[in-house]
Amino acid sequence: MIPDFIYLMRSELVVTLIIFFLLFVKIGKGMRNSSLLPVIQFLLLVNFLSHFACHCSGNLFGNMFLVTPLITMQKAILSLAVYLISLLCTEWLKKTEHLAEFFLLMLSALLGMFFLLSSGNLLIFYLSLELATIPVAAMANFDLHKRISSEAAMKMILSSAFSSGILLFGISLVYGSTGTLSFSALPALLNGSPLQIMGFVFLFTAFAFKLSIVPFHLWTADVYEGAPVAVTSFLSVVSKGAIAFVFMTFLYKVFQPLHTTWYNLIFILSIITMVIGNLFALRQNNIKRFLAFSSIAQVGFILVGISSNDPGGMTAVIFFILVYVFSNLAAFGVADVIAVSTGKETIEDYKGLYATNPFLGWILALSLFSLAGIPPTAGFFGKLFLLTAGASTGNYWLIIIAGLNMVISLYYYLKLVRAMFMDKNENPIPKIYVNRTVKWAMVLCALAIILLGMFSWLYDHIHSLVA
Amino acid sequence: MNLHIILLLPLLTAAGVLISSNKQVIRMISLFGSLIQMGLALALYFAFTAERTAGNATQMLFEQNYTLFTSLNIHYHIGVDGISVAMIMLTSFVVVAGVLVSWNIEKMTREFYFLLVLLALGAYGFFISLDLFVMFFFLEISVIPKYLLIGVWGSGKKEYAANKLALMLMGGSALILVGMLILYFNAGHTFDIQQISQSVIGGRLQNIIFPFLFLGFGVFTALFPLHTWVPDGHSSAPTAGSMFLAGISMKLGGYGCLRVATYLLPEGAKEYANIIIVLSAIAIIYGAFATMMQKDLKYINAYSSVSHVGFSLLGIGMLTQTAITGALMQMVSHGLMTALFFAVIGMIYDRTHTRMTAEMGGLLKVMPFIATILFIVGLCSLGLPGLSGFVAEMTVFVGSWENADTFHRVATLLACASIVVTAVYILRAVGQTAMGPIRTEHLSLGDAKWNEKLAAIVLLAGILAIGIMPYWLNDLLTGPAKIIMDRIHP
Repeated sequence: MIPDFIYLMRSELVVTLIIFFLLFVKIGKGMRNSSLLPVIQFLLLVNFLSHFACHCSGNLFGNMFLVTPLITMQKAILSLAVYLISLLCTEWLKKTEHLAEFFLLMLSALLGMFFLLSSGNLLIFYLSLELATIPVAAMANFDLHKRISSEAAMKMILSSAFSSGILLFGISLVYGSTGTLSFSALPALLNGSPLQIMGFVFLFTAFAFKLSIVPFHLWTADVYEGAPVAVTSFLSVVSKGAIAFVFMTFLYKVFQPLHTTWYNLIFILSIITMVIGNLFALRQNNIKRFLAFSSIAQVGFILVGISSNDPGGMTAVIFFILVYVFSNLAAFGVADVIAVSTGKETIEDYKGLYATNPFLGWILALSLFSLAGIPPTAGFFGKLFLLTAGASTGNYWLIIIAGLNMVISLYYYLKLVRAMFMDKNENPIPKIYVNRTVKWAMVLCALAIILLGMFSWLYDHIHSLVA
Repeated sequence: MNLHIILLLPLLTAAGVLISSNKQVIRMISLFGSLIQMGLALALYFAFTAERTAGNATQMLFEQNYTLFTSLNIHYHIGVDGISVAMIMLTSFVVVAGVLVSWNIEKMTREFYFLLVLLALGAYGFFISLDLFVMFFFLEISVIPKYLLIGVWGSGKKEYAANKLALMLMGGSALILVGMLILYFNAGHTFDIQQISQSVIGGRLQNIIFPFLFLGFGVFTALFPLHTWVPDGHSSAPTAGSMFLAGISMKLGGYGCLRVATYLLPEGAKEYANIIIVLSAIAIIYGAFATMMQKDLKYINAYSSVSHVGFSLLGIGMLTQTAITGALMQMVSHGLMTALFFAVIGMIYDRTHTRMTAEMGGLLKVMPFIATILFIVGLCSLGLPGLSGFVAEMTVFVGSWENADTFHRVATLLACASIVVTAVYILRAVGQTAMGPIRTEHLSLGDAKWNEKLAAIVLLAGILAIGIMPYWLNDLLTGPAKIIMDRIHP
């Protein structure tokens, strides 16, 4: 008889086993990067597939650890993203000196996120959030010879320490006024007293830091620019995704009694986030900063979906993040290939890219169109569903502003497309040999970007899990 | 007839273009794909009329309905009525001509044809879809091909024009999106056009939604003052790009204004009809006078497009059955006419390397075929009887005159008066280009090649078919126009 917890915690166990494997590799004679990397990629694929092993739900440790098919699905999305990162950043990973440590840190963060998604108690929630954050700060420092990379790590650790402090403060206020830390017991005890609202606002602020919602976004661009591309893509896709999932369950399940409070917060913050993110993205010249601000704006759109407060909104957000994984990772993948082989990172350098590297040009263009929400890419469906969810509250101003922001965002995405396809460059990026693994991963992303929206059963499947 | 073929064929053509690497093969695939598509469009017409004469009076024919997103109640619902059939025929004619005139594109040929076919695919999908979501999807598909066609293969201030066009059209889409979503939540969570038309939407709500939808589609169809992308976009685009923009894309907007805004929101249409009339009257007159000032052939045609499209918007604003039929006829006629005009301008430019009328002259001597076509299309533009322009504009005016009050009469008279201005600029442009003394450097120029002749003949056939026998188009369009009118004046 196999104990329950092996089924329920199978993804956590797989990740832990991979971590142990990496530790043993490190303690032993060590392996060359070129032979270790395929093994890691394979293990990550196994990790992704392990989520489909059973369709089970339950809870462990007295409601501290919850598993539902929906949570498993969210974990699967994150694992998929990590697997894709390991494929897309092959070039950089091969060159790094401490490959085992890099994945050690990344998987620890992933493990933290798994616990975060499954958490059923503010205590385990806080612990796993820390586990999900601190390794990432160490990862941001991975370009050891670059000052800017250390600076990014420092900024990241300081801002996350600050937000953890705020989070703890919020948790203590909520605990003080309700006397419980359990998610299932909290809603009944929330009555909207000023103390509770204050505690909630602190919790909200901590989330806003992690999600880089304006005005808590200031660390984002510097960290994204300084960190290696593999880390930046992990931060912008996996971390963001995990936090957004948890944020949503938090608001929908635990803090449902304070709905009016958080609706107003989300309404205002989503508008500010979209507008500021877009306006700053207009002015960026470094591709990583550019993608950083565009991801801030995307978070604004996610908030529009969250504001709906119904299963439709949750479905839309999960679907959007799934699409976002592919679009953003493809864009970062191209940036990584170019940065590793030529060291070029500015939009100026991308001029005339299409003439020399049509494959990379198409992939980047496709992912940008998906981020901008242009059909036939999946991004179109993702954005449209978010806006549909946002409109369900009857607050059409939010939709009008979001619509305007789609136009602004199109402007800067097109700026990059224009640089690649139309502008001439006397000194263009030379023809780059793209590793076969990377190429396949990019083709996979491109296929997902084109087909994900059309395969409507996926959306309906998510909806059935949510409802 | 299974409507899926209409979408499947461009898809196959696009795939064929993508996988082949030889330029000649790519051209051939595109040409045969679009020719078969034209055959299909004609077959659709005959199948449609056969159904109608057999007494099938359902509003939409050849309907198919598949659920796409169950939880959001989005359906892939397609079907055609007379308007759609006319628009599909128009599109297929313009696509064939567009493929033919682009025969000499050497720069990134594969990408060029792929984008052309993709644009056409968007238009076909738009015209057959009966679900707002799917319709919006197809409408948006065509934005990026337009952007790239202008930006990569265009001339002049192409990057500026491409950006302006993409952003303005995206702005229009954003308006449509908002209108669409408000409609969705107030019509009982459905995007289906027929279901929305049966649900009761209050007058006040209609007045809120109508501007979003009408202005949104209005951007696409160059509603004054949202027309500013037209001159830049048309003049910077490559020849086929201009033809597609004026011949197909602007019609997407007009079709949307009618099918979505006016049909679904009759109360809103009544409320704003006068504003539409004023705006389109301004567009007609302003466009005509602005054209008079232009010296570049492409700008002449672009501004005259603003003026001509004004007629179809005027027809919509007049809200009588004849006027709406006229508006639709004007869309078809203008589509064929401008496409041909741009094609001829492209042919002339390929030879003389200038588009300035002052730098040309006497071209009739060296390129009789091209110059003759230029004459014919010019005369069509100024409304000579026997050509499509006359039929369409006449129908609009007759329909407008049915409104007996002073306001409508004045607007109609003003619109009529613009025809004189049209005559001035058309005759001047055509005269300067084709007649008079020829420049010595132009003496060695040759006439149209087979592909150019074929392109011109295809479009000319359409123009003559409408001009000489307008009844078939009229029969297609009056039925749907009556259905729209029945909703406005029940």
